[in-house]
Amino acid sequence: MTVERETVVVTGLGATTPLGGDVASTWAAMLAGRSGVTTITQPWAEELPVRIAASAAVDPAEVVGRVQARRMDRCEQFALVAAREAWADAGAPQADPERVGVAVTTGIGGIGSTLTAYDALREKGWRRISPYTVPMLMPNGAAGWISMEIGARAGAHAVVSACASGAEAIGYGVDMIRLGRADVVLAGGTEAAIMPLNIGAFAVMGAMSTRNDEPQRASRPWDKARDGFVLGEGAGVLVLESLSHARQRGATIYAIAAGAGYSSDAYHIAHPAPDGSGVIAAITRAIADSGIDPAQLVHVNAHATSTPEGDVVEAQALAKALGSAADGVVVTSTKSMTGHLLGGAGAIESVAAILALRERVAPPTINLDDIEDDVPVDIATEARPLRPRSGSMAVLNNAFGFGGHNVSLVFTAP
Amino acid sequence: MTDQEILAGLGEIVEEIAGVPADEVTPNKSFVEDLDIDSLSMVEIAVAAQDKFGVEIPDDQLKDLATVQDVVNFVAKNSEGSA
Repeated sequence: MTVERETVVVTGLGATTPLGGDVASTWAAMLAGRSGVTTITQPWAEELPVRIAASAAVDPAEVVGRVQARRMDRCEQFALVAAREAWADAGAPQADPERVGVAVTTGIGGIGSTLTAYDALREKGWRRISPYTVPMLMPNGAAGWISMEIGARAGAHAVVSACASGAEAIGYGVDMIRLGRADVVLAGGTEAAIMPLNIGAFAVMGAMSTRNDEPQRASRPWDKARDGFVLGEGAGVLVLESLSHARQRGATIYAIAAGAGYSSDAYHIAHPAPDGSGVIAAITRAIADSGIDPAQLVHVNAHATSTPEGDVVEAQALAKALGSAADGVVVTSTKSMTGHLLGGAGAIESVAAILALRERVAPPTINLDDIEDDVPVDIATEARPLRPRSGSMAVLNNAFGFGGHNVSLVFTAP
Repeated sequence: MTDQEILAGLGEIVEEIAGVPADEVTPNKSFVEDLDIDSLSMVEIAVAAQDKFGVEIPDDQLKDLATVQDVVNFVAKNSEGSA
C-alpha cells in the first residue's frame, strides 16, 4: 500500500550557541573556523580534571529577563530563545493553534536546577526549594514553555535519546506533520550541562578532553591527538511545516526535511558498536526514507565528537553505508568549534547542515592537523564550496547517543 | 512594624519574585487576578515574607490570603503575637 505522504519543509531556523546568540552569528563563526571553547573560570572547575568548555556566547537569562529566568532552567531558556528566533524567522506563521506542535528536547534536562534545589534542601530545608523546581528539571519543560510562548496546541513532545535527542526530536516533528497531526512544528534540542557534576561524571568515563592549556585546540575530531569531547551548551530549533501550508502562506523554504533514519546498537550502554552496524543502518534508513539517490548527497555534518573511539567508527560506517557515492561527499564536524551540545547537538548541527545546503558551503573541521590513518571520507579542514553532483543536492546530519541510539536526518534543496 | 512598612516590604518581595513593580502592589489588589501571580510564585513569596518579617505563613493559610491587604494583616497580627 502506498500512501501519499505530506512533504515537510524547513521554514525557520533558530540557534543560540557557543559561537553566537543567533543563527547568523553562529553560522558566520562556523565559516570562519572559530572555536567557542574557553577556560571555565568558576572556582568549582579548579578541582576537576577538565577545566574547559564551550559556554554559550550570550547568557539566555539576559534575553528572557530576570523574572522568567527564575522560573526556567538554563536549558529551557536556551530553547525559548532559539524557538523565538526560529518562529520569527519563519514569519510568525498565522496558523490554527490546534495544528501547531512542538518537539523540543534535551539529553540531560534541567540539571542545574536539580543541583540548586538539592543544595537548598540540604542547607536550608525543603521549604527553601523553589516551587518551580519540578518544571525546571523535567526534560519536557522546554517543550512546555515553547508551546505556551507560541500557543501551540497540537502536542508538545520531548523524545529523549541522550546526545541523539535533538535530531530525534526533528524526526518526531517530521512525523507529526506526515501523520497529519500538525501543519507546523517547532523541533529541536537544548542543553545546559556545564556543571561540575556533569563534567566530573563524563570525565570519570574518560570521555572528555583534558587539554586544559589549549582550550581552542581541544575539540579535534578525527585528529590523531584527540583525547575526548568538549562540553558545549545552547539550543537549536527548526520550524518544520507541511509544504502545502508553507506554500499557502508564501513562506521562504530553506530545505525539504526529506527523511529520518533510526537504529539502536543493542550492544553497550555507552560504547558504540565497533563495527558501526547501527550507524550504517541509521544512515541507510534515512536515505531510504527520504527517497534520495545516495549520489545526491554532497555534505555530511557528522556526529564526530573528538573521542578516540567514535569518530573513526562513524567515518568508516559512512563510507560503508554510501558505498561508491561516498566519493565527493564533504564531511565535517562542527563540534570542533561548538563543542558537544549533547541533546542540543543534532539540532544546531541540522541548522548548520541546512545552511550549508542553502549557501552551498560546508563549514570546516578545525584542529584537524594530523588525520587518523583509517578515515575513508573527505573531511573539510577549511570552508568548502558544495556543488550538485547528481540531481538536487542533499545533506545528512548524524547524531548518536549513549544507550546506542543512532539518528540520521536528510535535508534536500527545495 | 507598621502596615505601611509591611506593605513596602511585601512590594519589594513581589517585584523581586514576580516582576510586578512594587508600586503596583497596593492593598486591594488580588495576587491572582490583579497581579497575575500563580500559586507557585505565592509559595516563594510566602517563604520570602518569612525571611523578611519573621512570620511563617503556613500552606493551609496561604491559600486564604487572596489580596495584598490579607497578607499585610496576617503579618501584622502574627508579628504582634510573637513579639
